[in-house]
Amino acid sequence: MSLLAVQGIVAGYGQTEILHGVSIVVEPGEIVAIIGPNGSGKSTLMKSAVGLLRPTGGSVNFRGEDITGVAPENIVRKGLCYVPQSSNVFPSLSIHENLEMGAFVRTDDYRPRITEIYDLFPDLASRRKERASRLSGGQRQMVALARALMLNPVLLLLDEPSAGLAPMMVASVFEKIKGISSTGVAVLMVEQNAREALRLSARGYVLAAGHNRLEGPGRSLLSDPEVARLYLGG
Amino acid sequence: MTMPGCMGGWRWGVAHTLMAIFLVVMALSFLSVIRLELVVNGLLIGLIMAVGAIGLSLVYGILKFANIAQGDFMTLGAYMCLFLLGTLFPRMNIQGTGLGPFTFGYPMLLALPLVMVVLATLAIGLDIGVYRRLRGRGVSTVVLAMTSLGVAIALRGAVQVLWGGETEQYPRLSRQFYQAPMDVRIPPDGIFIGLVTVTLVVALYLFLSRTRMGKAMRATSDNEELARVSGINTERVIWWTWAIGAALAATAGILLAVFQAQLLPIMGWRVLIPLFAAVILGGIGNPFGALVGALIIGVTSEVSTEWLSPSYKPAVAFLLMIATLLVRPTGIFGVKS
Repeated sequence: MSLLAVQGIVAGYGQTEILHGVSIVVEPGEIVAIIGPNGSGKSTLMKSAVGLLRPTGGSVNFRGEDITGVAPENIVRKGLCYVPQSSNVFPSLSIHENLEMGAFVRTDDYRPRITEIYDLFPDLASRRKERASRLSGGQRQMVALARALMLNPVLLLLDEPSAGLAPMMVASVFEKIKGISSTGVAVLMVEQNAREALRLSARGYVLAAGHNRLEGPGRSLLSDPEVARLYLGG
Repeated sequence: MTMPGCMGGWRWGVAHTLMAIFLVVMALSFLSVIRLELVVNGLLIGLIMAVGAIGLSLVYGILKFANIAQGDFMTLGAYMCLFLLGTLFPRMNIQGTGLGPFTFGYPMLLALPLVMVVLATLAIGLDIGVYRRLRGRGVSTVVLAMTSLGVAIALRGAVQVLWGGETEQYPRLSRQFYQAPMDVRIPPDGIFIGLVTVTLVVALYLFLSRTRMGKAMRATSDNEELARVSGINTERVIWWTWAIGAALAATAGILLAVFQAQLLPIMGWRVLIPLFAAVILGGIGNPFGALVGALIIGVTSEVSTEWLSPSYKPAVAFLLMIATLLVRPTGIFGVKS
């Protein structure tokens, strides 16, 4: 049974339909990348999966359970956590409070988890009382990842984790994602930085204009001449 | 919502501003430029307005619209208290005036929390009946603000139908003013007003910075979508916000009625405009900015009566607001978005 199975999803904003029946699958523990040009519906697909958008057609299955149209605050409880592309931290809250919000649904003692997270992100530990609005783009991205990890998710959805970051930071964000994945967490990410993302991923999907265009193992997509021409800059 | 969390910067900002204002006022009064008594009165009015303004700011922070009904929530709170003190409690043989040094009696101590709870419940009811339906249809914040104008007029109408348009009073015992040093006369209920307002402000600060729901409120104010995908039930947060906003309005209304020693159906509507001035002056969406804004407006408009007719008080408040915005468009503690 697949961890996440999105089937024939149709979704959009208001009258504008953006996804016209997209299907993707994520197996336990794997990294999957979704690439495609701007406007191909990558972020819309993410939002439909986590419940921020109510799909008008198709279904979303997570761990064998139909979660189509379930409210986002209930989906996270099932172990599917999501990091939006921009505005993905609470700017007026401290780093520590951002992590606490990540653990909002936990009723048990989550302090051991916070300690683990600080071990994973040592840069955050020393600045835990600082307001998130004062952090650099890269540090914010780390806070956003850390917040999403507070619930020990089974699947992490990342929308453009490297967007707007300096090249040095891009490398360290991908390094973190690799580290997270090595602990058994499955990762589904949307990326502009297609080459890096495919190199890291077991499998990849190429979306175009709200449809599935191509899919396959990360490495074979990398060497696919059409993918290269369209998305990897030749 | 910009809030003092654990970070020093913000809190010190407020502390320094208040300290600076205090020093200027003290210096001026020592030089006999202004009468300290006016300052004390201004502070009391400022504190009352602050309680209402903080509620306004909280609701704005979470729901992103200006709740025009806040003033009439105050009126309704004041009249509910009148109903308890003047009608219901005497029938249950709960009555009395002149508790300690105050004009009112011990029933006030029961009525105040009771009215806070009733008004909080009413606000949640209004959300379920009106605002939530509109949110569900995705209406703009302008429509929500106009709806709250409708609620304001409806509430004022209800007060007029139930209690009439005449001036009313809580059962009270006339008291002397306290004679404080430096020729300052403090109104008999001033100490009560100060205690209640400061307690509420401190309690709210602790709630927002220490509790799970308080932090969730700040998170929702920052970014509602992110709050939802973090597992925060934002509808629950909205209920808490309405409840707190309305409970604060109830307190402000009752204290205003105590301070002015009278109730009028228009009393809350009249302070709505200065309330907005306080919120904008302090930085919109920042509850503790609203506190500072209200104190500044309270003191300045009261002190201005030394030279100007009291009918110019709102004009003074607004000139001050406009002058501040010209220098700092986001208000004193506002953040650039």
